[in-house]
Amino acid sequence: MTRFTDEILEHLGIDLPSEVSRRRFLKIFGGGIVVTVSANDLLALQRAPARRRFGRALPDDFNAFLRVGEDGRVSCYTGKIEMGQGVVTSLAQMLADELEVALDSVDMVMGDTDLCPWDMGTFGSMSTRFFGPPLRAAAAEAREVLLELAAEKLEIPRDELSVSDGVVSAVGDPDKKASYADLAQGQKITRRLDRTAVLESVENFTVVGKPVNRTDAIAKVTGEAKFAGDIRRNGMLYARLLRPPAHGAELSGVDASGIEAVEGATMVVDGDLVAVLHPTPDGAERAVAEISAQWTTPDLDLDEDSIFDHLLKVAPPAETVDSGGDLNAGMSESVAEARHTYLDGYVAHAPIETHTAVAEMADEKCIIWASTQTPFRLQTEAAEALGLAEEKVRVRPPFVGGGFGGKTANRQAIEAARLAKRTGRPVQVAWSRAEEFFFDTFRPAAVVKIDSGVGENGRISYWDYTTYFSGARGAEQFYDIPHHRTVAAPGGWRGAPGTHPFATGAWRAPGNNTNTFARESHIDTLAVLAGVDPVDFRLRNLKDEKMRRVLEKTANHFGWLEAGAPSGRGQGIALGIDAGTYVGLAVEVAVERATGKIRVKRMVCAQDMGLAINPEGATIQMEGCLTMGLGYALAEELRFSGGRVLDTNFDTYEIPRFSWLPEIETIIIDARKDPPQGGGEPAIVVVGAAIANAVFDAVGARLYRMPMTPERVRIAMVRSNR
Amino acid sequence: MAKAIRLSFNGKPATLEVDGERMLLWVLRTELGLTGTKFGCGQGFCGSCTVLVDGKPERSCQLPMSGVAGKEITSIEGLAKTGELHPVQAAFVEHDALQCGFCTPGMILAAFGLLLANPRPTRQQILDHMEDNLCRCGAHNRIVRAIEAAAAEMRKGLRP
Repeated sequence: MTRFTDEILEHLGIDLPSEVSRRRFLKIFGGGIVVTVSANDLLALQRAPARRRFGRALPDDFNAFLRVGEDGRVSCYTGKIEMGQGVVTSLAQMLADELEVALDSVDMVMGDTDLCPWDMGTFGSMSTRFFGPPLRAAAAEAREVLLELAAEKLEIPRDELSVSDGVVSAVGDPDKKASYADLAQGQKITRRLDRTAVLESVENFTVVGKPVNRTDAIAKVTGEAKFAGDIRRNGMLYARLLRPPAHGAELSGVDASGIEAVEGATMVVDGDLVAVLHPTPDGAERAVAEISAQWTTPDLDLDEDSIFDHLLKVAPPAETVDSGGDLNAGMSESVAEARHTYLDGYVAHAPIETHTAVAEMADEKCIIWASTQTPFRLQTEAAEALGLAEEKVRVRPPFVGGGFGGKTANRQAIEAARLAKRTGRPVQVAWSRAEEFFFDTFRPAAVVKIDSGVGENGRISYWDYTTYFSGARGAEQFYDIPHHRTVAAPGGWRGAPGTHPFATGAWRAPGNNTNTFARESHIDTLAVLAGVDPVDFRLRNLKDEKMRRVLEKTANHFGWLEAGAPSGRGQGIALGIDAGTYVGLAVEVAVERATGKIRVKRMVCAQDMGLAINPEGATIQMEGCLTMGLGYALAEELRFSGGRVLDTNFDTYEIPRFSWLPEIETIIIDARKDPPQGGGEPAIVVVGAAIANAVFDAVGARLYRMPMTPERVRIAMVRSNR
Repeated sequence: MAKAIRLSFNGKPATLEVDGERMLLWVLRTELGLTGTKFGCGQGFCGSCTVLVDGKPERSCQLPMSGVAGKEITSIEGLAKTGELHPVQAAFVEHDALQCGFCTPGMILAAFGLLLANPRPTRQQILDHMEDNLCRCGAHNRIVRAIEAAAAEMRKGLRP
């Protein structure tokens, strides 16, 4: 089982001083064999995120390392965190395989800002693809060092040695042996893996990991796994904060006399924070309800229906991000044209664990246990908020109860840190569900307009695509279209202040769910205009061999029945690219005509993600994507009135439930010769369009807005006169 | 007002001096330090705080202490006996029926409650019973398979 930081430190007998630089850190850890790696080498190789993020450059020396200790145990230090995506297992598994040790002799130390090298955060489906190969190469390097040491110690040539279960022995004479512990004893060896070794290692990865169960599973099924809210500190107080009724509301008066009725409650005001602290969480909740406050709330006539006109109005002048050919020529070659507008609402991350943090001041240093995807960003933010030097803040992420992009924002942790500093007591801030629905950084509402046509032979003649606030991710089309243009408002999906009535942010595959819904719905519309089956139509318009293979795999495995839509069968297909991975999804739906309710009966998803480092983990991520995608496709849409968020809990904001679940089949296309691509997000992008296309195939009604609620399906059916 | 409430926690009798209006969830998590029972929504909509009360799954965030006096409470910490996982827990591990793990204790207790009442549930009965336990990571299909496997294992009578 994975052991966690405290236990490891105790085990190693290390008492960390408060300021530890990465370089000093290596010295502190002293004995054993350390191999450092940098994921930058791979980032540079691929279409990578900017190398400079959040005002801090990626360290150019290394950003992860592993150590074979003098006790023979392997430990891996990375700034990534575990939020369900399974890297705590997949990274450990790679190291165990490469070093030929048991999985339970690998310790993962994740996200601790004092112990781990700086990392930008856990998002973008990057952990396994960028850290997997270098870490595995580092393990191979460590193994080589151990073999060299063994050759010397046993006085046997290197090529006459073999490794099994952490013991090096002579081939044919197993009594001549040395364990990793024996070999690492008294050593102080540090190696930095160079770029060439990392790249070579990618090419040589032909053995994919065997499926293993999650190393964190036992802790999670017994209730022992610690999440931020489970951290208990001596003298800890629970905080509840006074919250505005709407975004943009200003506090004009407070009467806190009522909290006297709650024994043990104290009020703390720290700048703009008004909080009640209590020795119990329910006590704090009761007390904060006793505060009466007056607010000035700005008038803002905006809701989930009028938002789209507003977005079009405030959108900055758009810019062409990609183009080719001549749109006018394309139009004149067209035999039929289609112009449609696609709409998508705000969606919440809604992890089951709300944003939670515990902060404690000790010896002028602030320690924060937080549910966060960005521990190092939080360290910087907290240092700024507290007026402390960065090294005076230590962030220690426990297990994170779901993130999906929402826990890249750390407001709750800053609140806890400020209250801890103010009171000198450890403070927990755990958001209520209503606070979670209020302060979430929602996936932005967006509008996509597509103007396009088909020419002879079922070929797309032109494609003019404009996105408002769904960003560029997934906006680029991959079909072979002679005349095309993609236009996006600069600044991506966030927009200038005043664009959205509340905070927006990255939501699993940011922007791509909306873009793929629009593009793939429209492709089906063109197929109907051309009188060609949707799969055949895509094949006619696709040159990209990789995408053709994904499409064919998906359709064949699904048992696609070639027929023009609407065939009445309820089959739908969609293709997409996200985080470097190509994905295809075919679904079968049934539409209840009386109610408009969509039931998804079956989903078949194929993806080409290059080398799948942990196929079992990748499969689980695909299933998670497809399941979560049902939510944004069928039901999820934040309701609001101006700055007031009307959804406050799961009674009105519906997320997928057991009864919604179709049969799910996943296929990972064997592409082990290609570098690994993302796995945590791609399969979610195709869900909306595949369902929309299947609904059209079932009942002949086209949905142009997500989510596809029963009411909207009924209206679309009436409009289509079927 | 605090008063003595007698009940049984995970098979052990206990007397607690607590306000009878406090919800069981908070008493478990703070007074007893049993943090395996999770807060998810506070209004009984998500099921993360599910515990068994006299063998029946209940939302501990909605259960005042006065209502559980004299009852037998089972939380996730009370399931594994003598270091061995309960068949439902073991099935969740075996089927990778979890991702972030936050809803998992509630899922396991809801499932255990079902199997106590109905050792041979149909798939539809499992879906109906689990419907109001929410998972955001999308482990649903694996959870259903884990429950089916646990049901089969428990029927073997190896462990009651």
